[in-house]
Amino acid sequence: MLYPSAVVGVLVIIVLVVVAIYTMITIPYSTAITLWRGGEAVWYQNPRFAPPAWVNLFSSKKYSESFAVSTSDGVIPKTVTPGSDGVATAEMAYEFDFNYDYYPQEMLIYFTSKYKEKQPFVSIELLTPDNRTIRIANFAIGNKFTYRFSQDEKLRTKLRTDAAILALFSLPDTDSPLKGKYKLIITGTTFEPDSTMEAEFVFHGQVYGLAGTDHARRDLTLPLLWGVPVALAFGLLASIGTSVLTMIIAAIGAWYAGWVDELIQRITEINLVLPFLAILIMIGTFYSRSIWVILGATILLSIFTGAIKAYRAVFIQVKESMYIEAAKAYGASSSRIIFLYLIPRMIPLLIPSLVQSVPAFVFLEASLAVIGLGDPVLPTWGKIIQDANSNGALYKGYYYWVLEPAVLLMITGLGFAVLGFALDRIFNPRLRDV
Amino acid sequence: MSVTTHVPSEKLSVKKITANNTFFRVSRYVAVRLLTLFITVVIGIYLTIMIANMGGYVDQIIKGQIRDTVTQSIAGNPSALQMDPEVRKKLIEEKIALEEKRRGLDTPIAVRNARYLVNALQLDLGRAINMTSDAGSKQVRLIILERLPATLLLMGTSQLFLFFSSVFIALTLSRSYGNFWDKLVIALSPTSAVPPWFYGIFLILIFAAGLKVLPFGGMVDSPPPSNTFDYAVSVLKHLALPGFSLVLSSFFLSVYNYRTFFLIYSSEDYVDMAKAKGLPSRDIERTYILRPTLPNIITNFSLLIIGLWTGALFTESVFLWPGLGRTLFQAIGLYDVPIIVGSTIIYAYMLALTVFLLDFVYALVDPRVKIGE
Repeated sequence: MLYPSAVVGVLVIIVLVVVAIYTMITIPYSTAITLWRGGEAVWYQNPRFAPPAWVNLFSSKKYSESFAVSTSDGVIPKTVTPGSDGVATAEMAYEFDFNYDYYPQEMLIYFTSKYKEKQPFVSIELLTPDNRTIRIANFAIGNKFTYRFSQDEKLRTKLRTDAAILALFSLPDTDSPLKGKYKLIITGTTFEPDSTMEAEFVFHGQVYGLAGTDHARRDLTLPLLWGVPVALAFGLLASIGTSVLTMIIAAIGAWYAGWVDELIQRITEINLVLPFLAILIMIGTFYSRSIWVILGATILLSIFTGAIKAYRAVFIQVKESMYIEAAKAYGASSSRIIFLYLIPRMIPLLIPSLVQSVPAFVFLEASLAVIGLGDPVLPTWGKIIQDANSNGALYKGYYYWVLEPAVLLMITGLGFAVLGFALDRIFNPRLRDV
Repeated sequence: MSVTTHVPSEKLSVKKITANNTFFRVSRYVAVRLLTLFITVVIGIYLTIMIANMGGYVDQIIKGQIRDTVTQSIAGNPSALQMDPEVRKKLIEEKIALEEKRRGLDTPIAVRNARYLVNALQLDLGRAINMTSDAGSKQVRLIILERLPATLLLMGTSQLFLFFSSVFIALTLSRSYGNFWDKLVIALSPTSAVPPWFYGIFLILIFAAGLKVLPFGGMVDSPPPSNTFDYAVSVLKHLALPGFSLVLSSFFLSVYNYRTFFLIYSSEDYVDMAKAKGLPSRDIERTYILRPTLPNIITNFSLLIIGLWTGALFTESVFLWPGLGRTLFQAIGLYDVPIIVGSTIIYAYMLALTVFLLDFVYALVDPRVKIGE
């Protein structure tokens, strides 16, 4: 193991590629976009601003975890007892553990029902671990009805508090949570033979899932996972495009010399005057924020830079080699010499610089996203940071929101950088000894 | 006697001819170089103007804005309510035409671009469309001048610190390469792949959100302290995080590059020779290593100085630092073309000037280099 850092870099990149492929297979592009752009309708089951569930591992006080259960998927058992005159009673009960030190954000029950004329009627009760039965509410439901525990005026009056949820999960007249098994009992009565009803109980805890959620209740695992293929694609395409085109243009200039070379030199000088970032931002603001347009502009602006001068200097030396002379002697065409004899000689120089330039492009995409010029449809790491920043995540203490994408960006960037450095020392042995 | 007097005069005339040759060579070189640089700057700025106008797209936005504000102001004017709708419509159109004429929107875009280019090249930066300086001026020159000190403070302190510390540390490391510190720098050099604003977020997290010892962003406390000392302390506190993140993100790579560079030069035969002579290492560094690397160091330093001008766009935005980088970003958001072009033109001129001067500096510090050959 002469270069442990290279091994680490390669491992990181392999893991990233595997994750990228996994993501694109399990969450296809169109699904990802609809989920990412979906509002409350898609994400109503999640709490807002919830850190990932694993923070409980590091905290002595436990945050309540979120869950959602419903009668239609059978998690809440429903027993229907038919009565006379088409009247039926449905008993729906769900028992759940509450062993947390922090109260949930909100609890909701989503009812759906079918009826012709007479609305079904429900009553909700909560059985606490110390065997109290709290009557929550009684009401008739329409085709769709959402009951929010914290918004119920009557419940608040009954519990003599402004924070109904706090009171439900505490011993009477205390502020400390009562841990143990709670049972939610929903009793529904339908008044017509064909009338049915379903209920979904949604418990918005303080923590959620593997990655937490954002301001729009979106599960952050989606953009974190989709950020991988986006970052890899942008970084690799931009660096490959830039390096290969730079090399070809430098080779052409060095080979043909004369006005071609002169033109390339002048274009390079003009490009050095142009403000790279400002132009990218202008394209993003005025024209299109599509990641492909930005990618194209990035490549175009990155071709004619100092690298072209460095490559040209080497090509001019290589051009005088004997084997090029020999190629000319047997009548090889210019394009044959450029692509088969000149450029392959430079691959040892090309590969390290290509790998090393990947992080710069990955971070460029993230930087543009952070200042609000990210692709409008794609979920990416930069977009997460931007959302977090514009919602004041650092001020309000939602650190997970910034740290998760930031750490992933960091790992990606460093993986490529470490590998690039090692490759540079392997391919250019002059630096290896010193 | 005649022989002895003859020789010096011949020598003198030879010298005169070479002096003349040098003069011609240098002045021809200067003329050609200045001309090509000027053309480069002109094309660069014209391209920027074209992109900044987006082929007339920005005009559409501005015309829309004018129509909006004029219509709004007339609709909000009670005396206009009494008017006949036809008359009012005519009044609105007249006002819009007047406003468009005032902003020069009535001339074709190619003419406007050309006029703009000529003005810009004469450093007549014109007036901003939407932005104003804090003092209330719309002059682009004043807006830029107002934001310049903030950028120079941030970039100046961080970049100069970065430059001198990395050259110094690199020299020390190159003397004893392969030791622990050297290996540490090599191991950490990939960290420079991460941009400064990114370190900024982590630093904010640690020092502002976590430890609560330094502010989240901005340049002074609000309201700013009245006494000068407190003001300076407040600015320093605000400077700490953005400055440190700028230094941190390039430090290790910069040290690594200089160190490798010095090492290549210290493996030259004449350095071995000097060591064999028993010269003190300080002298060896100064005369045998630093001297031949001077052109490259000067190049880096001058590029650094130009870099001060552009500011750090993302870092300034993350730290809400009121510098040029953030101004440029705001200007782009407000479609304020004059400011975008203004900051580009200053950068272009500075770059061209530096490139031009560097040739002469090389000739001064490196006797092997001759101008125009």
